[in-house]
Amino acid sequence: MKKIIFFIYICLFIFNWGKAWSLIEVDITRGNLNPLPLAVSPLSVDQNSKEKFKDLLKLEDIGVEISKVVEDNLRQSGLFNPLDPKAFLQKPDIAHVKPRFEDWALIKAQALITGEVKIVDEKLRVEFRLWDVLAGKEIMALAFTTVSENWRRVGHIITDKVYQRLTGEKGYFDTRIIYVAEEGLKTSRIKKLAIMDQDGFNTKYLTLGNELVLTPRFNPTNQMVTYLSYFKNLPRVYLLDIETGIQEVVGDFPGMTFAPRFSPDGKKIIMSFAKDGNSDIYTMDLESREVEKITNHPSIDTSPSYSPDGKYICFNSDRSGYQQIYVMRSDGSKVKRISFGNGLYGTPVWSPRGDLIAFTKLHKGKFYIGVMRTDGTGERLLTENYYQEAPSWSPNGRVLIFYRETKSDSAGKGFSAKLWSIDLTGYNERMVKTETDASDPSWSSLLTD
Amino acid sequence: MSLNKIFRNTLLIISASILLSACAVKTTGKMQGDVYTGKDTVEYLASGVPDRVFFATNETVLTTASRETLRKQASWLRKNSKINVVLEGHADERGTREYNLALGERRANAAKDYLMTYGISGNRISVISYGKERPVDSGSNPLAWSKNRRSVTVKAD
Repeated sequence: MKKIIFFIYICLFIFNWGKAWSLIEVDITRGNLNPLPLAVSPLSVDQNSKEKFKDLLKLEDIGVEISKVVEDNLRQSGLFNPLDPKAFLQKPDIAHVKPRFEDWALIKAQALITGEVKIVDEKLRVEFRLWDVLAGKEIMALAFTTVSENWRRVGHIITDKVYQRLTGEKGYFDTRIIYVAEEGLKTSRIKKLAIMDQDGFNTKYLTLGNELVLTPRFNPTNQMVTYLSYFKNLPRVYLLDIETGIQEVVGDFPGMTFAPRFSPDGKKIIMSFAKDGNSDIYTMDLESREVEKITNHPSIDTSPSYSPDGKYICFNSDRSGYQQIYVMRSDGSKVKRISFGNGLYGTPVWSPRGDLIAFTKLHKGKFYIGVMRTDGTGERLLTENYYQEAPSWSPNGRVLIFYRETKSDSAGKGFSAKLWSIDLTGYNERMVKTETDASDPSWSSLLTD
Repeated sequence: MSLNKIFRNTLLIISASILLSACAVKTTGKMQGDVYTGKDTVEYLASGVPDRVFFATNETVLTTASRETLRKQASWLRKNSKINVVLEGHADERGTREYNLALGERRANAAKDYLMTYGISGNRISVISYGKERPVDSGSNPLAWSKNRRSVTVKAD
């Protein structure tokens, strides 16, 4: 998405960033058995600003609403346990200036988030602080201004900052998910491209459902999407500019192109091209339009995904007789099979951190989402179900989103397709809220970094 | 060991393996192995010319029945030289979406190749894969899946 549109002026005034050593630390490598209890005090709003926001956004109390966004995000992460605001003793405006740490310690909060929202020159200005309750210290303070319609994003940005300060890793809350919204009978499903905030809000539909669309993926700047469309009954890889709505076919292939993804620099699209019963992997340079054939094998080669440094590609091939995962150099040389466990492996996706490959596995009639190291060692299955596939990584490489389908009878009864997310540790499996049935999710990068 | 004994042993092994293979391919009412052999979803291009062929799980090999169907289609196409066809390849829902797109394409092309060996020009045949996107049977059971693993010959507009 065009960052300009959102006018996020992050005017960092960080009071204590440097000397902020803290007693609180969240260990994110061991799952979420003991989520950190913390308090998100509602952001305080002066009366004048409250009235103006009410007019502009139809929200009773914008401070409370933004706090709710933060609270929900933190809870969804599985690493934090936001306490019930009903238990809070201190008023938001006073807490923001000078928290009474004893009061917050009493309700077992280890960290406290306070803040203030104001209207300044018709824009929303927010200031927030993160406090270590046990140490009795402020550990972070930040302020920024944005257009008021972006109030939910303000909540996401605050969450990202808090998450980063407490876990030591970047957040993934100010992000979007692009996916395929599904409706109708299983035999004639209507599918549309849809985009929403990571928490399921602000859904927008990008296509009308006149033609079948599949597997949308963001480019690194989140402005473009590549996907498969059956426009005019010709399945081809398309490129869509989200802001302008302009769509174009990628390349001029005499047959089906599918399974597209961007290269990490955003300059190329990598995809499969199927002809005469054989699918191989190709790239197309978006500027020069130059097409390069990467694999050349009579088997099915598909689902390519680049390593974050662009030097390697993992992909799915049945050259051994069955679907397995392979890794090669980005020029197609040094092809090496990496999956050797029982069952079939598909949809490999390289982690944004570079160290893992997520995949779908089919074994004895069950589908699994799992991860393995890039040499194929250390396979770990995170979740088992009747049908699930197509993992996509959160930008910090901590969470996977995928879709899951349920069984149905011959009339299609019982069928549903939903998005789910799971932590890399295998904990914190959750359904992701969508307006309709949904599949093929793809996670954006952080919108503001 | 006498030649006779070797002969007898070989015969035993052969008959045993015939028995075994007969057991391996289970024929139920509408399936042989896991290939659909029923007529529930089949439509006809002309009298006696079925429009579709079915495949085993993860397979693109044409069965004897499929080859017979395609020979009928080829002879009908030879008689109706103005008609062009689209071969629509499909997969069942028990596979990843992208791989299934490739699999559907491969199945439709297996049918195309066979029609071409029976004298139908490749120019008259186009191919499209729907992967697992357009099942004919919504059921989540082996019989439904067997109906969905198919290549359907459709008259082109």
